[in-house]
Amino acid sequence: MSSLSRASARVPGRGRVNTRRPVRFTFDGRSFEGFEGDTLASALLANGVHLMGRSFKYHRPRGPISAGSDEPNAVVAVGSGPALQTPNLVATQVEVYDGLTAQSQNRFPCLQFDMGAVNNLASPLIPSGFYYKTFMWPRNFWTKVYEPIIRRSAGLGVAPTEPDPDHYAFQYTFCDVLVAGGGPAGLAAALTAAKAGAEVMLADETAEFGGSLLFDRASRIDGLPASEWVERTVAELKKLPNVRMFTRTTVFNYGPHNMVALNERLTDHLSTPNPATPRERLWQVRAKQVVIASGAIERPLVFEGNDRPGVMLASAAQTYLNRYGVACGRKAVIATADDSAYRVALDLLEAGVKIAAIVDIRPKPDSELFRKAKAAGIKVLVNSTVQRAHGSQRIHSVELAPVLPGGDVGEGKNYSCDLLLMAGGWTPSLHLFSQSKGKVVYNAELDTYLPGESAQAERSTGSCRGVYDLGEVLADGLKAGVAAAKDAGFDGEVDLPLWEVTSDAIGRGGFTGALPRRGKGLTAMAFVDYQNDVTAKDVKLAVREGFRSIEHIKRYTTTGMATDQGKTSNLNALGIASSALGRPKQQIGLTTFRAPYTPVTFGAFSGHERGNLFDPDRRTPIDPWARSKGAVFEDVSLWRRARYFPQPGEDMDAAVARECLAVRKSVGIFDATTLGKIEVVGPDAAEFMNRMYVNGWTKLGVGKCRYGLMCRENGFVYDDGVVGRIAKDRFHVTTTTGGAAGVLTMMEDYLQTEWQDLDVWLTSTSEEWAVIAVQGPKAREVLAPLVDGLDISHATMPHMSVVEGTIGGIPMRLFRVSFSGELGFEVNVPPSRALEVWERIWEAGKPYGMTPYGTETMHVLRAEKGYIIVGQETDGTATPDDAGCGWAVSKLKKDFVGKRSLALPAMQDPDRYQLVGLYTQAPQEVLEEGAQLVASPNEVIPMNKIGHVTSSYHSATLGRSIALAMVSGGRTRMGETLYVPMEDKVIPVTVTSPVFYDAEGARLNV
Amino acid sequence: MLLIRCPYCGERAEVEFSNGGEAHIDRPRDPMSLTDEEWAQYLYMRDNPKGLIAERWRHAHGCNRFFNAIRDTRTDRFVVTYEIGQPRPEVTPEQAAEAAR
Repeated sequence: MSSLSRASARVPGRGRVNTRRPVRFTFDGRSFEGFEGDTLASALLANGVHLMGRSFKYHRPRGPISAGSDEPNAVVAVGSGPALQTPNLVATQVEVYDGLTAQSQNRFPCLQFDMGAVNNLASPLIPSGFYYKTFMWPRNFWTKVYEPIIRRSAGLGVAPTEPDPDHYAFQYTFCDVLVAGGGPAGLAAALTAAKAGAEVMLADETAEFGGSLLFDRASRIDGLPASEWVERTVAELKKLPNVRMFTRTTVFNYGPHNMVALNERLTDHLSTPNPATPRERLWQVRAKQVVIASGAIERPLVFEGNDRPGVMLASAAQTYLNRYGVACGRKAVIATADDSAYRVALDLLEAGVKIAAIVDIRPKPDSELFRKAKAAGIKVLVNSTVQRAHGSQRIHSVELAPVLPGGDVGEGKNYSCDLLLMAGGWTPSLHLFSQSKGKVVYNAELDTYLPGESAQAERSTGSCRGVYDLGEVLADGLKAGVAAAKDAGFDGEVDLPLWEVTSDAIGRGGFTGALPRRGKGLTAMAFVDYQNDVTAKDVKLAVREGFRSIEHIKRYTTTGMATDQGKTSNLNALGIASSALGRPKQQIGLTTFRAPYTPVTFGAFSGHERGNLFDPDRRTPIDPWARSKGAVFEDVSLWRRARYFPQPGEDMDAAVARECLAVRKSVGIFDATTLGKIEVVGPDAAEFMNRMYVNGWTKLGVGKCRYGLMCRENGFVYDDGVVGRIAKDRFHVTTTTGGAAGVLTMMEDYLQTEWQDLDVWLTSTSEEWAVIAVQGPKAREVLAPLVDGLDISHATMPHMSVVEGTIGGIPMRLFRVSFSGELGFEVNVPPSRALEVWERIWEAGKPYGMTPYGTETMHVLRAEKGYIIVGQETDGTATPDDAGCGWAVSKLKKDFVGKRSLALPAMQDPDRYQLVGLYTQAPQEVLEEGAQLVASPNEVIPMNKIGHVTSSYHSATLGRSIALAMVSGGRTRMGETLYVPMEDKVIPVTVTSPVFYDAEGARLNV
Repeated sequence: MLLIRCPYCGERAEVEFSNGGEAHIDRPRDPMSLTDEEWAQYLYMRDNPKGLIAERWRHAHGCNRFFNAIRDTRTDRFVVTYEIGQPRPEVTPEQAAEAAR
């Protein structure tokens, strides 16, 4: 492009860009100048650049057809670097700033010469359904050959590969009236709703309020040019304290119960944004009333070459000229089916653009604008249409031809031009209304769909409900604002402004479907959906192949399924389907509009919830101590738990072996704070426990503990934990770490909804007690001097007992319990004092060689004893008896949760999976947890599985490996050899008791 | 996101609640006296109506209380919410039509 043409596309004195603030940016590595207020598209067009992208399937050169969020073609990536690039933005929405870098997409090696364009030559071979039909065989070619090639050549932009350094915000808010869209109708509605007293939010997706008024040079409101009226009205709104206004903010989702989502883009238009400002903010707005003022989108015309750079919507050219001061060409042809194009012609003419011809498909257009255009000397061909646009990377001429009676097309004539404008009429933007579950209704007079009855507290106003005349639009907006405020509870008198409007009288027009074409047109590249490269003949082909429903046609051809959501294409696709099916449009219906209205970044959806804020990180009071001792941590539900404490040079196996032996031989200290705890209190506490747990509680003495097992009503194990009776009416219940919340909920459920006769209170005390487990033969000797005179001898405080006291003056509940099989205590103290107590115990334990241990050692120790872990040995299909805990189930109680189910015949089946121990025949072989068990090593696939390994460790205490397993009829198989088939070998194992160590429990009772 | 009226706290967003399945299914007073079929009926069989359903909700991130609600499963519109223990309220044809709309 020469520097002459680059300079000449700006029209002095036109547009709202700030010509005193030039900015430099790059596109595909080339440097360009634009002005503050430009979009990337307007700045490139000002530099004479129309070619901005390649199409999805055929890699055809493409330029922008629109000037807004409906743009299907000019899809670009903005930013650079592996983290900062944002793909799939439309150049018509990206605002330029100093230093912006943008790249075209979908081309290799470059935009002007793209290898993929070979697809264009092969296009007759790539009809709709091509991929479904072609890549079926050979089957294994799909993942290895076809898919990688298709993925590289198709698809849009490239996703960033590194974490996004920007930050995003989320806010939840309320308002009386939310106005979606800041054009004339939206401004009027916001103003009157606010004047009625309602809290109003007004959002517009572009950088400025005003909508169509920003490119409307013809209309006057109260004698002011439309854009000045916008400034006056915006200033008036800004003064009102009950109005919140948002530009660059897209209302992208209309959810149930008037919950509306907005995406506010705060920094993307800035050269040097404040690092404290989030890049985007997602708003979730609960609005009492919603006013949809989303406007209308101009329809393209469907003809051969309608996608060539230089072909665009008439209103887009008008926007580029009047809002951005850019003439998109020097000589234009305008193909229209609507009066509004004549105003575009007059605007362009006034700016010095030559109008080669206006070609109007209507037989007798007759309006004031038509006459004005004629009077201005513009050549107008009526009852005629465009046949074809010539040119590849930019059009150079178009063929225009008369429409003959009967629908055929006569002999055409070429007109040279570098700009072809399409005006197919207006499509009301129904996306938000449709998302709100409102049903759209076909309007024969306007030949389009309009909002029908509201499904939620909303109303549409202005051109999105088919009102196009500016005076009527403003009046409609005023009325909508008053009505919305009234329905939100503000029904006082409002002083309605009386605006005097003069504007072009707009007649009826519009066209849907493919333009008439000479001959059969089977080779024509006439695009319906530009972004997904769907042509008119693809839609016809779908019908020919038997698709009848518009939803099926949509999916088969992918029309309307691109990132632009079919904003420009839906109605034309419907028109083509309608004529191919020979059924009127209203009998076919529109496809469903889905959120988001325009693409929203993943950053906006994740908001603050990323990195450390993705999930709460629960840490115990002992966490800093464990870190200082070099602990390796693991996540257990939301908790961060010390897994093992390696000494220099130790791996996990070595550390765990050392920790295990220390506990068995002397004493270990373990942080069990994460245990769930529930305080069950009240006169009926024991009865409540009787009903909730499988065990009996009535006879449990004060100061005693019992292992409690809880089932669901279906009889399967749900949770377990030691329960201490603190007083006659008070139980200290512990649960598994992950089960705490679920157990409390289940208890509350029964208490609130089934057993309202019981006088019981439930309180989560998980966060009120830190738990320090001291386990090992020396545990008592360590603790006895610390517990302020409490007698913790075996006689006074035997295994499974609990006592309240103090430790160094700090309140304590001391449990004598063991999950290791050794003499053990669990010291419960308030978390605020826990570290202090821990350090005191640690000091006292040093002479005994006290060893800190983590969850891994805890697991090995309990497995040696055959203690189950709910969720590891059990999987939601294990009864207490299956899990080897049948002894815990009370035979005396008439009822408890799960009892009736345990009596079902299937629960008595002798072949049920039962907990057993396994010894590998090679003692050092450690099985894989989850490995399957079979009866014979020679079984053929599919093998008959008879069980699986649930826990497997190397036991330092026993000097060999051990495993727990659930095995069909397991308790009758003691001594049997079973087999674990692995990928490369079969491991023989011997079934044994799940208790590998101290089966008689002698070490507990010392 | 639905707006749900907790009978104790007022209208709150759906994220504060968890659904507890069909309401008005009383746990049998003496489960052991039931046949297997009767027990299975209680345990597993639930209605899945297209239209109005009475269901349990819990204000999990609020007062943590269970309550009942009548909702139209087609539109997710709530007709009424009410405290546990109260009988299922009568729904007038007008209310039903409004919820179905």
